[in-house]
Amino acid sequence: MVEVNAPVLVTTFFAAAIEVIEMVAIVVAVGSTRSWRAALAGAGGGLVVLVVLVAALGTALRTVPLAPIRLVVGALLLVFGLQWLRKGVLRIAAGGWAIGQGEEHVDDGDVPPDRFDWTGFVLSFKGVSLEGLEVAIIVVAVGGAAGALGSAVVGAAAAVVVLAAVGALTYRWIARIPRRALQLFVGALLSAFGTFWAGQGIGVEWPGDEVSLPVLVALYAGAGVGLLSLVRGWRRPASVESR
Amino acid sequence: MIVLRWLRAFAEFWIDFVVGDDWTVAAAVLVALLGSWGLVEAGVPAWWLLPLAALGSTAVSLRRTARR
Repeated sequence: MVEVNAPVLVTTFFAAAIEVIEMVAIVVAVGSTRSWRAALAGAGGGLVVLVVLVAALGTALRTVPLAPIRLVVGALLLVFGLQWLRKGVLRIAAGGWAIGQGEEHVDDGDVPPDRFDWTGFVLSFKGVSLEGLEVAIIVVAVGGAAGALGSAVVGAAAAVVVLAAVGALTYRWIARIPRRALQLFVGALLSAFGTFWAGQGIGVEWPGDEVSLPVLVALYAGAGVGLLSLVRGWRRPASVESR
Repeated sequence: MIVLRWLRAFAEFWIDFVVGDDWTVAAAVLVALLGSWGLVEAGVPAWWLLPLAALGSTAVSLRRTARR
């Protein structure tokens, strides 16, 4: 019988959970706002790449340079997230919050209705492969150092299963949120992740480290909501002139 | 011919992914990344620059679009 190293298992579970939360948040956000098919295909693709990397590199994973990967993935997520934040603000400022509730493809030319959504695929793929790589490095580092790789793998796998289940349970609730409101908040979420990772990639030290992430989400979401009234105000002079 | 068409579609996809509706936001992010890297190299706290530039350029872009 294989001996379980409880401290390694628990440590890996919680360390991996922090990364897996980010992974699941991106997949659920992309699936809810764009296409579940593309989000799940992207997540599957990311996991396949990860399995190949782990199989090929093994414990050499610890030497993979994370900074350039974080910079590229973060910068791409940030510019894309800002586009969605911008579109969400413009649409809500023009038509209010509630339009689009429960509808599949409301006023959203960004998501192709008749072909595969490659943008959704890429967003999900990048989130899963980057976060998955970080989980793999945690497993190798913690498990390898303690000589208990099996317990570390079980701890990380448990984090993935538990948080994926939480994601599966919450997506129906998220689907009830009006799509344009979701677009604004998913834009804020992607921008926050992008800012955090790109910053880490160039060596920025975030105050409180991972604690900065929810603060950034709140900052972008709050700014998006604040910009609504500003955009309505900026539009007013033009509509007054046209009368 | 098919390869060329595929390459063109691939390039268009990434340009649309990065640039979107307003290239100035992506440009501001790039400049802010370079600026943050410069601050990090100089040993100055740089965490504030990227969110500030991202939100500032988005606000300017929204103002320009709303006034059209």
